[in-house]
Amino acid sequence: MEAAYAITTDGLTKKFGDFIATNNITFQVKKGEIFGFLGANGAGKTTAMRMLCGLLKPSSGKATVAGYDVYTQTESIKLNIGYMSQRFSLYEDLTVSENIRFYGGIYGLTRSAIKTATAELLAKLALEKEAKSLVGSLPLGWKQKLSFSIAIIHNPAIVFLDEPTGGVDPITRRQFWDLIYEAAHAGVTVFVTTHYMDEAEYCDRVSIMVDGKIKALDTPAALKTTFGAATMNDVFLKLAREANQ
Amino acid sequence: MNPIVVQHISKQYKSVEALKDISFEVKAGELFGLIGPDGAGKTTLFRVLTTLLLADTGKAFVNGRDVVKDYKLIRREVGYMPGRFSLYQDLTVEENLKFFATIFNTSIKENYDLIRDIYVQIEPFKKRPAGKLSGGMKQKLALCCALVHKPEVLFLDEPTTGVDPVSRKEFWEMLQRLKSKGIAILVSTPYMDEANLCDQVALMQNGQLLQINTPKGVVDSFAQPMWAIRADNMYQLISTARAFEDTQSCYAFGDSLHITLTNGTAQEEALATYLKEKNPGLTMERIQPGIEDCFMYLMKN
Repeated sequence: MEAAYAITTDGLTKKFGDFIATNNITFQVKKGEIFGFLGANGAGKTTAMRMLCGLLKPSSGKATVAGYDVYTQTESIKLNIGYMSQRFSLYEDLTVSENIRFYGGIYGLTRSAIKTATAELLAKLALEKEAKSLVGSLPLGWKQKLSFSIAIIHNPAIVFLDEPTGGVDPITRRQFWDLIYEAAHAGVTVFVTTHYMDEAEYCDRVSIMVDGKIKALDTPAALKTTFGAATMNDVFLKLAREANQ
Repeated sequence: MNPIVVQHISKQYKSVEALKDISFEVKAGELFGLIGPDGAGKTTLFRVLTTLLLADTGKAFVNGRDVVKDYKLIRREVGYMPGRFSLYQDLTVEENLKFFATIFNTSIKENYDLIRDIYVQIEPFKKRPAGKLSGGMKQKLALCCALVHKPEVLFLDEPTTGVDPVSRKEFWEMLQRLKSKGIAILVSTPYMDEANLCDQVALMQNGQLLQINTPKGVVDSFAQPMWAIRADNMYQLISTARAFEDTQSCYAFGDSLHITLTNGTAQEEALATYLKEKNPGLTMERIQPGIEDCFMYLMKN
């Protein structure tokens, strides 16, 4: 049973003093699933994500990521996940291939594996000509795609994407989702946060956090039916409004 | 003269043309949206208009004053909310507001009318350091601080970036109220859906304005027939739809794909037949394009 899930949490909780940032959340993410992790600012998404990445110790509850325990096996977790956010990007003053080599090394690939992966990655993104260009000179859309490809260069079981498309133009944003689909198709589990509600529709399942708790978790279609809403944006607004009252 | 007048402004950073011959005007009581992705030149334009950066060529006037010669007056008369959170993180909500009122030689009390609607929402947290506020709250405080001296022109650089949908909605409702008080508002955003809330929008990409129009005008100018298609397996649908020989564009939009064909409606039947064969659960309907469809079309042409 356990093996069917990439992520499991059971009553996962994090307190900062009196403040409960993540309050008793329980959910499972299936292998190869695109899982949208939504919530308002300050709802506790980042705290939950940091616990799952092995960066923050929970106050209570259980969780496993790629089969590893978030209390005792954080180093194994870090080797088996990829991470990308809008803010944490590539080194602008290194070239494309230097960035690949650097992150390949960080993720523990051997020199020959890095070489193979670099060639594959450059070919896939049609970036061969830019291999020696500084990342800082690339358009934002290319950087995002490169950043994502590097985040999965070590074939992780799961990739965490923290608002990966913020501020990106609409065409690039969709091309980026093409990459996500492709990765998921190849078996990588995708755990993604976004403020674009149309992107929530591209996920297999979506959870919505409000005030530290998961208030809803289902496929986008089922959520829309449950809340009698036409779009995911309406679902989100309904849930968050209830919280304010 | 309109409160914001921009005439042929250009600005170059080394080899990058950040602004290319930009011209537009914003009327009093108008909400004017600059819509475009990161790197389009939105912030550079704001910096020129708020007298923080000199353009290479062209002229611009704010409140009838020249942005080069009369920079001191302009700084006194406009409200500016920069893209990056600009308040003092270690001062409380109340202290930040007092600080901004004081440097503009006024008091919170004097212009409380203008900020009341917004301030009441953050008042419960007035003793909290600004750095400890959530994203939506920070934006509300920053807006209060930009309004506390009763500006006639308001510049808002990406006020809703990274803010959740609920806070974004509230923020735009506030802008509608401010507009009705006669303030000219220039606001930038990377969220295409927010374009519909503006009176006029300028679609911006690579330092150029692709189009200036009303939101309705933008949509009306899109001449291509468009369909929304859905099927049980969307991943499969997108690859088969793109493989159809007359497909011009095909992109995901929420729970459906938006598709246009190279020859208008001529191949509508053929497309439907082709897609049905390969995609169980297929539905296809003719739709009105939205601002985002138009922007994507303009970007490519």
